[in-house]
Amino acid sequence: MAEASAKPSLRVVATAGSVAVRDLNHTYSAAGRVTEALADISLEISPGRFVVIVGPSGCGKSSLLMMMTGLVSPTSGMIVCGGKPMTAPDPDRVGVVFQEASLYPWLTAQDNVEFPLSLHGVSKAERGARAREKLALVALKGFEDRYPHELSGGMKQRVSIARGLVQNPPILMLDEPFAALDEQTRISMGDELLRIWEETGKTVIFVTHSLTEAAYLADEIIVMSARPGRIIDRIEVDLPRPRTYAMMATPRFAELRERIWNQIKTQASE
Amino acid sequence: MALAVTLSRSASWRIEPRTLRVLIGLTVLAAWEIMPRAGLVPSLFLPPLTETVVALASGWRDYLWHLAVSLKAIGVSMLIACGIGIGGGLLAGTIASVRRVAQPLASGLYAVPFVILYPLFTAWFGIGPQAKIAFASIYGLLPCLLGTMAGVQTIDRHYVTVARSMRATRWQLVSRVLLPAAIPTVLSAFRIGGALVIVGIVVAEMLTSSEGIGYLITRYRTLLDSPRVFAGILVVVALVIAFDGLVKLLEQRTRHWRLSTRSGESGA
Repeated sequence: MAEASAKPSLRVVATAGSVAVRDLNHTYSAAGRVTEALADISLEISPGRFVVIVGPSGCGKSSLLMMMTGLVSPTSGMIVCGGKPMTAPDPDRVGVVFQEASLYPWLTAQDNVEFPLSLHGVSKAERGARAREKLALVALKGFEDRYPHELSGGMKQRVSIARGLVQNPPILMLDEPFAALDEQTRISMGDELLRIWEETGKTVIFVTHSLTEAAYLADEIIVMSARPGRIIDRIEVDLPRPRTYAMMATPRFAELRERIWNQIKTQASE
Repeated sequence: MALAVTLSRSASWRIEPRTLRVLIGLTVLAAWEIMPRAGLVPSLFLPPLTETVVALASGWRDYLWHLAVSLKAIGVSMLIACGIGIGGGLLAGTIASVRRVAQPLASGLYAVPFVILYPLFTAWFGIGPQAKIAFASIYGLLPCLLGTMAGVQTIDRHYVTVARSMRATRWQLVSRVLLPAAIPTVLSAFRIGGALVIVGIVVAEMLTSSEGIGYLITRYRTLLDSPRVFAGILVVVALVIAFDGLVKLLEQRTRHWRLSTRSGESGA
């Protein structure tokens, strides 16, 4: 907060769902070589927005997201979620959904969703009720007692989303959540996520390498360059909501995809 | 049609593995009975099954008492071996610096045939239960330690990241994530370690002891009372089978973890 007020040009939007990244740089050293992973990342996301981060593989988009969740500390710069610096994970502010297989296989769907609550001493009755409510939100009513291996890939990711939302954080961050799913499941999971987003009004930050997914889901697309990852474009997606599958065939959709592709193409070929 | 025919034919010829196992068991038992009776094997080396069972039945009090002695020692040793082994394995598995010291040491020691050191154990602990408990504990501890260490290291790192994203404390991370995630490997470590504890106790009793099922076997062997020796062996075999059943039961209860770690993304 102190750092933020020292820079008057960067106004902190003191709303629970806001996210801001300020002058973020990240380098890491591996095998004696220092690699610049992220450079000069600054962005502001206002509450309730659906923002998708795309970029070529290895551009550090997942790393950036992990820093936003507080799991990884950047070399320099600051991340502010809900008006407070994000120096450590805080599931009350930011719910995280990971790529795949992040559910605990020894717990049922219900227990997986209850898990974060149980870590923080929420009573058995209350966490049961809250987990059931979130499982219903992701349309998994009746699957509470299933173990992960008894669920399909899409269902597992629904459970992950329910778990990410169980502490009612105003912000949900997803790291390539549908990357391991087949095409059909991926599209319907996108629709599911949009429905949940519209019902809950959360701020959603979604990392993907799929241009189609980005254009289909986002209010705004942040395009990143290859290493060191920089923000090279920010695209407002003006497709109307609710988004439909048919929109993917419209010229506007193709235009959006092409704009992202042109940015990434030059990067990927370098 | 052709398919149905081949199916029904193969079905009529196929012997269920379970049936086959029972058949093999019965064959062994029958051979045990018939071979000494037919004079193919001297009954001093292999007394017929029925004689062995009669010996067991007539001396059951003795066997039971000595079995109880052994069981107590086995129980204590298992607690020590698995407690220290699994606890130490969890510790070493999570803390890299401890692991770098412990792992080569433990796997090096594992290769040592500890039986040759047993005389030392009796010198240190006397011939009472302490010696065999210490011996069997160390004997069973190493596989528990190595197995758990390996199990913790192979845990999907995702599990840890997820727990951190929920702001789990270090203790919660160990008790709620690492321990359950390691259970399948810990169980297979327990299967080997536990079996070695049983072997350790029985062998120690056979070498130097005044009580226990191993001692009983040795005593009857020196008396050349083969049926009673084999009766004792039967008791040990039953003990091992019971232990295996116990591990299977535990594995059954943890099938959900093992299923999902094996099949990964595939599901219903």
